Amino acid sequence: MSAAATTIAHEVPPQTGPRAFLHRLRQGDQVAHLLTLTFAAVILLLTSMLVYELWVNSHLSRTQFGWAFFWTKVWDPNFDNFGAAPFIYGTLVTSAVALLLAVPLGLASAIFLSELAPRKISDIISFLIDLLAAVPSVIYGLLGIFIVVPLMRTTLGPLLINTLGNVPGIGVLFRGPNYGVGFLTAGIVLAIMVVPFIISVSREVLLTVPREQREAALALGATRWESTWQVVVPWARAGIMGSVFLALARALGETMAVTMVIGNAAAIKASLLSPGDTIASTIANQFTEATGDLYLSSLIELGLVLFLITFILNGLARILIVATERGGGRPA
Amino acid sequence: MSTLRILWRKSLNFVMLTLTGVAAFAVVSVLFLILGYLIWNGGTSLSWNFFTQLPKPVGESGGGMANAIVGSLKLLLLAALMGLPVGLLAGVYLAEFGGKTFSFVVRYTTDLLNGVPSIVIGIFAYSLAVLPVKHFSALAGGVALGIMVIPITVRSTEEFLRAVPGNMREAAMALGASKWKTIATVVLPAASGGILTGMLLALARVAGETAPLLFTAFGNRFWSHGWGQPIASLPVMIYTYAVAPYDDWHRQAWAAGLVLLGLVLLSNLGARFILARSKAV
Repeated sequence: MSAAATTIAHEVPPQTGPRAFLHRLRQGDQVAHLLTLTFAAVILLLTSMLVYELWVNSHLSRTQFGWAFFWTKVWDPNFDNFGAAPFIYGTLVTSAVALLLAVPLGLASAIFLSELAPRKISDIISFLIDLLAAVPSVIYGLLGIFIVVPLMRTTLGPLLINTLGNVPGIGVLFRGPNYGVGFLTAGIVLAIMVVPFIISVSREVLLTVPREQREAALALGATRWESTWQVVVPWARAGIMGSVFLALARALGETMAVTMVIGNAAAIKASLLSPGDTIASTIANQFTEATGDLYLSSLIELGLVLFLITFILNGLARILIVATERGGGRPA
Repeated sequence: MSTLRILWRKSLNFVMLTLTGVAAFAVVSVLFLILGYLIWNGGTSLSWNFFTQLPKPVGESGGGMANAIVGSLKLLLLAALMGLPVGLLAGVYLAEFGGKTFSFVVRYTTDLLNGVPSIVIGIFAYSLAVLPVKHFSALAGGVALGIMVIPITVRSTEEFLRAVPGNMREAAMALGASKWKTIATVVLPAASGGILTGMLLALARVAGETAPLLFTAFGNRFWSHGWGQPIASLPVMIYTYAVAPYDDWHRQAWAAGLVLLGLVLLSNLGARFILARSKAV
């Protein structure tokens, strides 16, 4: 009984009235916990609703075309016949072109900024590059239409056709009519857009490599380049891969800049100079014009495909980075 | 043999290092060339009318985009009202209350939502806010942008709350404050500069978004009254005007591009300024 008496020694909270309400507020930890938890749950709810809406609203198209949707090469709204192959092709080709151009350029610039440039200059340039990463994509599209497209039509396109077009093997990529708009133009604009991401992330991780690593390599008689390429870059490769995946995810989902310069044609052509379409540009162009439920449903299924691609890519990037980090990021 | 090898290594060193410098120079100069071109073209096309007048019909020159500027601001207001509270409170949950598994799931989902292409967010907002009422509206555009604001706000809020030293929390609790009171009166104010920066950056990012607005807010060549009508926005106007075949519209697109870029870059600089000042205190 005495133990019970000591616990009752605390003031008993009032059960009713304004003082009870005040007391509950003072003990408000539970309320705050529940409130913030609710809002965290809102994010889960929103994301599952996103998947649900994409799935349900593409039902008509999924039942009509099944898996054939992925390899059907025809996209014909007049006869209600829809296949995603040209757009999947266009998405992959433009992203590949963008990465082929942006990764070497971006990585080299990041190496210059972290290894060679004085810290002050490096910081200023990085600050400017970070600002460029914030430029809206529609502005890159605007510049693409009025700078890159004319350049492609008058100078770069004919140059490529006359030189690389004659090389056996890859020549097939640079033949045929040249309109200025097309896969290559879209790839170039995408490359300009993603380079700031690659530089910014890669520079950060290169700067985290311990200075001893460089000094040890140099002390062993390595040249500056050998120490950079064989010691510093392998150490930072997880982060560099991360930056490449970030760039790829952005390139795949990019809509406006691509829509404005790719030419909008549902066709699979070997030539990089021919007009095409990506998944995102097709949705942007045709969504408001989609007459008929099957048309709209097919466009939404395209959105579902794009969602799944970026979902898988994000997952892969995460696994890759975690795996490399567990390996210590050291050269094997 | 050995001198030849050393010569080779030294020249490789020189060539590769020069190449990295050339690459950095090329990237920076291309980026500046582009911006210079935009500022030149935008600057010569920009006039006072751009800020005060409605778009003129095709064929008539002049006119402005006053409705699109106001439209963009209205859409941003909606996005802020819908997205920021969710982002802030979810961020507080992750930093202060979160358990292990549920927090991991929330964090993962937030990153996933952040990585969803903006055009897909547009489809989602379309099926949420356009399909049920069967017409485009400012509200639907706000929903699309609001969803995009959430993940950025969550992650920056969590990051800056975590940066608050643990002994500040302990000091508040030792004085008898309850947990929520500690968070509300000690932790949140301490992190407020960073959190504000994150919010501003999130809004700056969605201010330039075009794709999710194409089939939610749609566009409007006139003033939009209330929240239930299609509404003009700067990014969509830039797109429409840039792909149109009229020279006069192209000039307007450049002007709009310059205004939008100025808006976005200024808020980025402002955000950095706030962050720098809150760190200095």
